[in-house]
Amino acid sequence: MSTKYTKDHEWVSVSGNIATCGITAYAAEQLGDVVFVELPNIGRIVSQGDEVAVVESVKAASDVYAPVSGEVVDVNEALAEAPEGVNEAAETTGWFTKLKLTDPAELDALMDRAAYDAYLAGL
Amino acid sequence: MSEDTSLKTTPLTGLWQGMGGRMVPFAGYLMPVQFPEGVMKEHVWTREKCGLFDVSHMGPAFLKLNDASLTGDAAHAAIAALVETILPCDVAGLAPGQLRYTTLPNATGGVLDDLFVGRPKADADQGTLYFVVNAGCKEQDFAIIAAACAGKATLTRADDRALIAVQGPKAVDAIGNVGDGPKRLAFMEFATVTGPYGEVVVSRSGYTGEDGFEVLIAADKAEAFVRTLLATAHVKAIGLGARDSLRLEAGLCLYGHDLDETTSPIEAGLAWTIQKVRRERADFPGAARILKELAEKPARKRVGLLPKDKAPAREGAEIRNLAGEKVGIVTSGGYGPSVGGPIAMGYVELAFAAVGTELDLIVRDQPRRWVVAPLPFVPHNYHRKG
Repeated sequence: MSTKYTKDHEWVSVSGNIATCGITAYAAEQLGDVVFVELPNIGRIVSQGDEVAVVESVKAASDVYAPVSGEVVDVNEALAEAPEGVNEAAETTGWFTKLKLTDPAELDALMDRAAYDAYLAGL
Repeated sequence: MSEDTSLKTTPLTGLWQGMGGRMVPFAGYLMPVQFPEGVMKEHVWTREKCGLFDVSHMGPAFLKLNDASLTGDAAHAAIAALVETILPCDVAGLAPGQLRYTTLPNATGGVLDDLFVGRPKADADQGTLYFVVNAGCKEQDFAIIAAACAGKATLTRADDRALIAVQGPKAVDAIGNVGDGPKRLAFMEFATVTGPYGEVVVSRSGYTGEDGFEVLIAADKAEAFVRTLLATAHVKAIGLGARDSLRLEAGLCLYGHDLDETTSPIEAGLAWTIQKVRRERADFPGAARILKELAEKPARKRVGLLPKDKAPAREGAEIRNLAGEKVGIVTSGGYGPSVGGPIAMGYVELAFAAVGTELDLIVRDQPRRWVVAPLPFVPHNYHRKG
């Protein structure tokens, strides 16, 4: 399983043809206390870069983009009841969606951990 | 990280940066929106203990009568008469040491700003008024006040000093640092106190719904004062993010959002800021519209809103009746940490303003069911006189 990152601070972890997606710890820290997460319907087809979810902090709503193209096959329902889970474990149990990949080659253009860390250091 | 050098700083900017404050541009100033603990914890801390806020971006000022031959009540009557030409507030009727919340209406009854005006307590200070106006409006407000008093009174800005809000149930314990005087103040009273930090103006007021004080203090004394307070057990520095969620829970208007040049004080639910004597005289800007709305009720009204589900609605969200017709708009919306859920305020047509009315708020193109709720969302905890 490899994890890749986007410049919009989403992560995507691939196992077989299923990509688990979320926002990075950096993004969660920047947002502050998450109070609401709006997740897509199962079965929705998204293209890379589409708005796939919304995360709301006390102050503002932010879009979450699909890091890769695919079909939404699962969403993290636990976040509906406990949105603070995003702050507590953004890159593990705070995942947002699972996508069935339609174009695995898209992953190649995303950053690995070292590249993402270097990207963060430059912000 | 580069910061916009055109932004103004306050006497406390360096302290906030050193404490890890997340600095953002606000009304032309570089201000801390939150500290490392975050908005939620900062908000709750203020409701339970005591939060300290830098509000030095706001516009404190003193207006002093030029005619030094007038003293005491005569001097106050003279200065009051000047500003009552632009304010609907009973300034003449202020007791020594009393502060009032008021609006600056335009000729058509809209609101140019909301502000505080106070009459000093000391005999020697009669003929002077204390103002605190909003940061984003201060150039406009000071110009209007100065023009209304041209040749008769002189406005001296005090926004080169620091203005520090100390808010929450433990604020009264914290404020002992500047002397015992402030503890004797009741809500909406103020006094000039001389103590270890020189001459400071302390008012028992604020914009969080909690008991608390606002302290106007010399720039070179501000950091020492703040450090002393922050060293005590119950006081933490709080950013503007929590200030906004606290005021929204308290049902208080934020200028430029819940109040603007098209909104009348009556629509905003601020009729109580226009005292009987001023209604009878009907001699302030916008009186025609404002008094007509008082007599006949306004077409729309500011209301509180609570959701049936958990999705916040933000400023600008359309409000529809259950038939799908637009009946209003959200002017402030967010999450209320003490309420434990989303809260909003907005303006709706009068027929939909009753508490309990169900409405749809349009969030990301989807209608979501909300209910008109009483304001404030969290009871005020002021230290009222008597």
